[in-house]
Amino acid sequence: MVDRLIMDGETARHLLWQMRRIRSFEAASAEQYSAGSIRGFLHLYSGEEAIAAGVMHGLQESDFVISTYREHGHALARSIAPSAIMAEMFGTVEGCSKGRGGSMHLFDVQRNFYGGNAIVASHLPLAVGMALAVRKRGEHHVVCCFFGDGAAAEGEFAESLNLAALWNVPVLFVCENNLYAMGTALKYSHAATDLVTKGTAQGVESMNVDGMDLLAVIDAMRHANAVVRTAGKPMLLVCNTYRFRAHSMFDAELYRTKEEVEQWRQRDPIEAFAAWAMNCGLLTESNIDEINARVDAEIDQAVAFAKGGHLESVTTLERYTYAEGHHE
Amino acid sequence: MNDQALTISYRKALRQALRDVLHADERAFLMGEDVGRYGGAFAVSKGLLDEFGPERIMDTPLSESGFVGAGIGAAIAGMRPIVEIMTVNFSLLAMDQIVNNAATLRHMSGGQIGVPIVIRMGCGVGRQLAAQHSHSWEPLFAHIAGLTVLSVGTHEDARWVLPAAMQSEDPVVILEYTSLLNTEGTVENGVGGVDISTARIRRRGNDVSLITYGTGVMKCLAAADVLAHEGVEAEVLDLRVLRPLDQQSILSTVMHTHRAVVVEDAWRTLGVGAEVSARIMEHAFRDLAAPVVRLGGVEVPMPYPRHLEDAAVPQVDGIVDAVRRVLQ
Repeated sequence: MVDRLIMDGETARHLLWQMRRIRSFEAASAEQYSAGSIRGFLHLYSGEEAIAAGVMHGLQESDFVISTYREHGHALARSIAPSAIMAEMFGTVEGCSKGRGGSMHLFDVQRNFYGGNAIVASHLPLAVGMALAVRKRGEHHVVCCFFGDGAAAEGEFAESLNLAALWNVPVLFVCENNLYAMGTALKYSHAATDLVTKGTAQGVESMNVDGMDLLAVIDAMRHANAVVRTAGKPMLLVCNTYRFRAHSMFDAELYRTKEEVEQWRQRDPIEAFAAWAMNCGLLTESNIDEINARVDAEIDQAVAFAKGGHLESVTTLERYTYAEGHHE
Repeated sequence: MNDQALTISYRKALRQALRDVLHADERAFLMGEDVGRYGGAFAVSKGLLDEFGPERIMDTPLSESGFVGAGIGAAIAGMRPIVEIMTVNFSLLAMDQIVNNAATLRHMSGGQIGVPIVIRMGCGVGRQLAAQHSHSWEPLFAHIAGLTVLSVGTHEDARWVLPAAMQSEDPVVILEYTSLLNTEGTVENGVGGVDISTARIRRRGNDVSLITYGTGVMKCLAAADVLAHEGVEAEVLDLRVLRPLDQQSILSTVMHTHRAVVVEDAWRTLGVGAEVSARIMEHAFRDLAAPVVRLGGVEVPMPYPRHLEDAAVPQVDGIVDAVRRVLQ
């Protein structure tokens, strides 16, 4: 188990800040959606913060990250500015995808962040191909691929894990199992509900991780780095978690009870980590106040930035379809 | 034939093109089902495994979505993959990757990501393979913004479109016709490539324009020979690039001959011929001496018996008859 004494105060404060800002950013996103400034589909990450914070803590800047449509947390933890993400959701040219993508398609190649992919499981083969390129060049980067439990029911999940194992390529598959594919519970989607068995069946080393426990995620990443970065093999982490909010802004949550949500909220990963860190003497009340104030200011600034953004002229509507200079 | 020309089979022309591009760019590699040890389902890549080794000639499992997606991922990460889908009939299993990833990532990322992948597939009717193995999906691919779609109807193009496609920064789909593999044709040597943005006139004539692609090219040239004996000089325009369509070449030939017959194997309804015909109507209506005639596949799944298969797609006699009608 994790050596809980190895963390220093600065790291603890950084990780708490990371999780807090994701939670606050999502609250602001919901608010802006209600205000009509954000449209389309909006999928919030609240409740799953320990996974983004913990996994990204174990990655390097040169690693590749590719994600699903519930990716605000991953993008933030990958150091994409909240202002650029909020601006993207406002559909302005200041957005990280120039406003062309929206909430589900956040991209930042400078930070090796390859979306924001919104067809469930469709990006898993891409991760395998990116890792194949890494291997062919003799590099030692990790390609980290986030997806949900719903994706594990798709054929591309099985194809991708098989290819990754067959080709021996460095993909870290991170399944965020929040127990529901939209509104269909895991037990109604999967005959084998322990998703780890699906990874091992494809020849990929796989392990369950408590996705509500930041320290467990960090510990799992130590092992994942040994397998994926050092040995160059794929690995599957099934991070068991829960989303505190609805699937999207159109979801009336008919498929789960308030009691169930409340039970999981008792395991809030941010509160749990803060309590542990205070108990260990890594955090003080005043540290937490400082972090909260810093997060509030950052998110307010992001919203203000997005509100001051600019809409692209329709005269350039056909841009980004082909490389510049190639027009019909 | 001059010194610069050589006679070569369509298969060998495709193989020589593959050899060229694999020699020219170390980032290039070929992958697909049975491309290596088997030598290619149609023996196109025969011998390449020995010449280039298993890192450059990669056999894949039967995972069309997985390995096409992996090709897209490798392209994003800086490689120049050539992905072979054994036949166009299996491409539907990879259609999500082609449509939702290859064709959209540049746009969704606001221009940050290009997908320089070449996807080759064997196509065509005429081998009594029945309903599931005789599809003409040119119109499906030609419908998709973000793709470049090439139809290889001649030996010259079999030899030279691949090197040109490898220069593209965007995804290119190359449709190759298995019924032509054993046929011999003349290819200019040392041309160093062809232009993959324009259609090509394969025969000059003044009386009528036969506008076609793929196996229609050889059929239209044969029809033009028959018509020449009747004193009718048909011009044969090989569209070659189905997206983006070379509208100017279509309009130029129609303005020259004032009559057009459009020929394709794909189902006539909503086929490439429908688009060509519409563009002629929109831009050259007053140049027409007769309504445009479209010849396409009969609206039926492909039957197995030879005589019914022959009746299901345009044949030389039918093309000749159609020309006689538009000349009346």
